[in-house]
Order: sequence, then C-alpha cells, then structure tokens
Amino acid sequence: MRLSQAWIVARHDMSIFRRRRGVLYGLIALPFAVGIGFPALVGVIVHRGTGGLESYLPDLVNAFSFWWVIGAGILPTTIAAYGIVGEKVEKSLEPLLSTPTTDGEILLGKTLAAFLPTMAAVWAGSVLYQVLVDLETRGALGYLLYPSWGMAVILFVLAPLACLYAVEFSVLVSSRVTDARSAQQYAGIIFLPLIFIYIAGEIGTIPLDTVNLLYFSGALAALVLALFYVSLRLFRREEILTQWK
Amino acid sequence: MIHTDRLTKRFGTVTAVDGVSLDIPEGEVFGFLGPNGAGKTTTMRMLASLVSMTSGTGEVAGCELGKPADELKLRQRIGVLPENVGLYESLSAYENVAYFGRLHRMDEPTLRQNIERLLRMMDLWEKKDLPTATFSKGMKQKVALARTLVHDPILLFLDEPTANLDPEAAKTVRDVVLDLKRQGRTVFLNTHHLEEAQRICDRVGILRTKLLTVGSVESLRTGASGKHTAVRVDRPSEQLAATVRARLAPRTVELSGDRLVVGVTDPEQENPEIAAAVMAAGGRILEVSQLSQSLEDIYLKLVHEGGAPA
Repeated sequence: MRLSQAWIVARHDMSIFRRRRGVLYGLIALPFAVGIGFPALVGVIVHRGTGGLESYLPDLVNAFSFWWVIGAGILPTTIAAYGIVGEKVEKSLEPLLSTPTTDGEILLGKTLAAFLPTMAAVWAGSVLYQVLVDLETRGALGYLLYPSWGMAVILFVLAPLACLYAVEFSVLVSSRVTDARSAQQYAGIIFLPLIFIYIAGEIGTIPLDTVNLLYFSGALAALVLALFYVSLRLFRREEILTQWK
Repeated sequence: MIHTDRLTKRFGTVTAVDGVSLDIPEGEVFGFLGPNGAGKTTTMRMLASLVSMTSGTGEVAGCELGKPADELKLRQRIGVLPENVGLYESLSAYENVAYFGRLHRMDEPTLRQNIERLLRMMDLWEKKDLPTATFSKGMKQKVALARTLVHDPILLFLDEPTANLDPEAAKTVRDVVLDLKRQGRTVFLNTHHLEEAQRICDRVGILRTKLLTVGSVESLRTGASGKHTAVRVDRPSEQLAATVRARLAPRTVELSGDRLVVGVTDPEQENPEIAAAVMAAGGRILEVSQLSQSLEDIYLKLVHEGGAPA
C-alpha cells in the first residue's frame, strides 16, 4: 500500500469537504460549543456549590471528559458518509476505481480524510475545554484537574479509536444506502454503546478512571479491527461496481 | 493490444458474458454493439480489470487479465470513460482532471501541460475554474473525456460516450475519437449508435451475451446477405423477371417493386451483362445501383436471430 497514493485521495476529499459549508461548520461548531459549554456548566456548579465539591467535582468532570470520545465518534460520520455515499451519488467511484489505485489505498485515503479533520477539531476543542475547566475549578479544588492520565487516554487512544470505529461503520452502512443522510442516520447507531458508557460514568455505575478507560480502549480496538476487516472486504471494486446499491 | 480467449463472466447463475474471444490490434477503433443488458459494460470492465472474469484468458495492453501483479500496470496504461461521467460537481473542470492525473502519478509540469492542451482542445480552457455543476451535459462529458486522456493512455475504453448528448456535443466527442485514431491510439468503444460506429470504427463486434460477429462494417454489410445489383425498370413484371432469370442463371433474380434484384459476386464485372440481359428481355432500364444492407439491418437481424450472418 502506497501512503502517497492514499494521501492524494485524502487531500482531494478534504478539498471537497472544505467547500461543503454544513460539514465544515458542523465539524468546528460542536467541539467548540462543548469546549465552552461544559466548562460554563462546571463554573455554575462551582459557584453555586456549598460544600464537598472536592468529593464529586473530579468524577463529574471526568464523566464530562468522555464526551470527547462520543464527539470523535459523531463528527466523522458526516464526512465519511459524504466521502463514500457522495461518490456513489455523483457516480464517481467507477472512474476512481479505474485509476492505478488499490482498494486499500482508496479506503485509507477516505479514512484519513474523515479522521484527520475530526481529530484536529476534537483536540483543538479539548484544549479549550481543559484550560477553561482548570480556570473554573482550580480555586475550589486547589489543584489542576487537567492534564491527567485519564484525559490523555481519552484524547490519544479512545477518541482516535472511536473516530476510526465511526469511519469503518460508515463504510459498512455506505455500501447499502444511496444517500448521505440515510448513511448518517444509520451510522447514528454506533453512538449507543458510547452513550451507555457515558451515562454509566455520570451516574457512577462504571467509574471512568484510567484503568477502565484502558479496558474500553482494548474493546474498541478489537471492534475497530473487526470492522476494518469487514469494510476492506466490502470495499472491493468488484463488490462496489456490481453489488453496491 | 487486446486479446481474449473465451472470456466469460457469471453473476451467480446468470451468465453476463459468454465465451468472448477478441483480437484488437494497436491503433484500431473497435466498436462494441449490442442491446441493453448484452454484457458490453461487463466486458469492458473485465478488460479494464475492474471486475474479474469467471473463466477464459486475456491480455490487454501487455498485461495479463486476472494476474494481480498486472492490475495496477494495466490501469496505468488505459483510460476508462464510464457511461456515467461521474465528475465531482463542486470541483472545477481543472481540479477534476488534475485529481486523476495525480492518481496516475504524473509529475506536476506535465500534468499542467496536458490539462491545458486537453481543455483547450475541448474548448473549455476559459471555463476551467468554474465548478462542473454549472456545466451542460455536453461540457461535462468533455471534462470526463479530458480526465480519461490526461495521462496519455495507450488504450481507451469509452462506454456510450455520446449517449444523451446534443448533436454538437456528440460531434465534438466523435472528433476527439477520430483525432485519437489519427494519433494511433487504440479505442474500445461501447455504443448504441450504429451510425457512429459506421462512421468512426475500423471494425465492430456485435454482442448479445455471446459475440455474434466481428468484422469491418463493409465486410458485415456484404457478408450478411451477399452483394446485390438492383435494376429499376420502366414496366416491371413477373414475366420480365422470369426471362431475365433464365438469361442470368444460376444467379438469383427477384422482382421487388419496380426493381429486379440480382445476386452478384463481382458487380463491376457482372453489371454490364445484367444490363444487357434486362434490355434483351425487353426491359427499359431507368437505373442500376448496388444494394447493400445497412449496419442497422445487420444489427437487428443478428440481435433478434442471435446467430451469425449467412
């Protein structure tokens, strides 16, 4: 597999997304809204809080941090759906498949085109989030909540895995639907397990500590590998030209 | 340039292409005719290594079909224009063509040079920066053709390149194909337009799952039913036909309207004798002409009967 060939596909896809205002704004708006909105909520809790903040605030903020995993799963579905279903709609897959590019290079290019902007937006938004949360909580707690090992696992292990999971799932869905909106709607199913974990963290059923986050990472990595295998099997030119709807 | 031996493709229990054997030399424009669902696009896709063959063998542009190591090499050497042009509508004409040049690993100076040459040839250079969404169908087809040609392929597969185009745009596309022919490129053209095939193809093949016939348009026209001379006479009658038939035996002589139709093998040698026989039988000749079937007649006959020409 030639990375340079995949990079040509990725650059091309990203140049198309840049022109789709809705996709671009969605990619930027959500991480920044959360990056500002959650710290604002934390600020309200801190300012209204009476006593015992130090006992529940770190867990609450930890649970909030998990949103960046969910965000990394939500954001790429739009791009991935446009990247593959968009090609189906514009009927541009056949010319693309006629070039000296392997199926794996095309799939990798499309994955990178969804992965890189998503992770850039997630990381940028999370920096804002961490700084603002620290500003709001330092006075009450007497120490900085971020950076932390838990957040490092979330941002550098879980969020990229969630992003890949969403992209691979979108490839799977894209092979069976004919428009980007349907692809996005079906791909919405993937958030469910992540949202369950988030709620479990918020209500304290599963503490979202570093060890548990690493366990989730392992499970998600296995899921990503399985989905990658399936999407590689689906993303074959003969399959695309003769089986895809 | 293209050689196949009993190329076959099955989808489950359905046979899409059945035992197609072809030999297309370098520099030939080959027209592939057939009704919808005949297997033309599937054959083209097999030849372009886009879909695998179920059985048979083939060699295209020096690459062996079905050999994984040859697939990328083959796609580097060929250009494919599918039936649906498949442009990225939010991108400009230039960007659409440039993307495919880059995927063919072209260096940037050559790529820029080729794009300019092709877009100028298609009369689109002035509109190169406009999104293709704003283009007419004919303009889009021309961009797609430029995209197919940008890496200077030695062999082109064109699937219905003039379908649904207005006459002017269709003419531009045909002119480009003729220009490619002058350059010595090999063109494999799937088409429904028999007149187009007649005008630009060196040879044609007629497919209906099986390859029904292959040959030059002229050889198909004469080979399908033999050569005939038509003699239009002033007062045609069965009696005149019978007298002429007796004089020209063993040739066939039929009365068709106001014409006597005589089966011949060499019209230039035989026509004076035929004219003399008609006049000797008391006929007054108004016109002598050669009859030949149109490609359309041959096509319809083959496709409906499914057999090879007589």
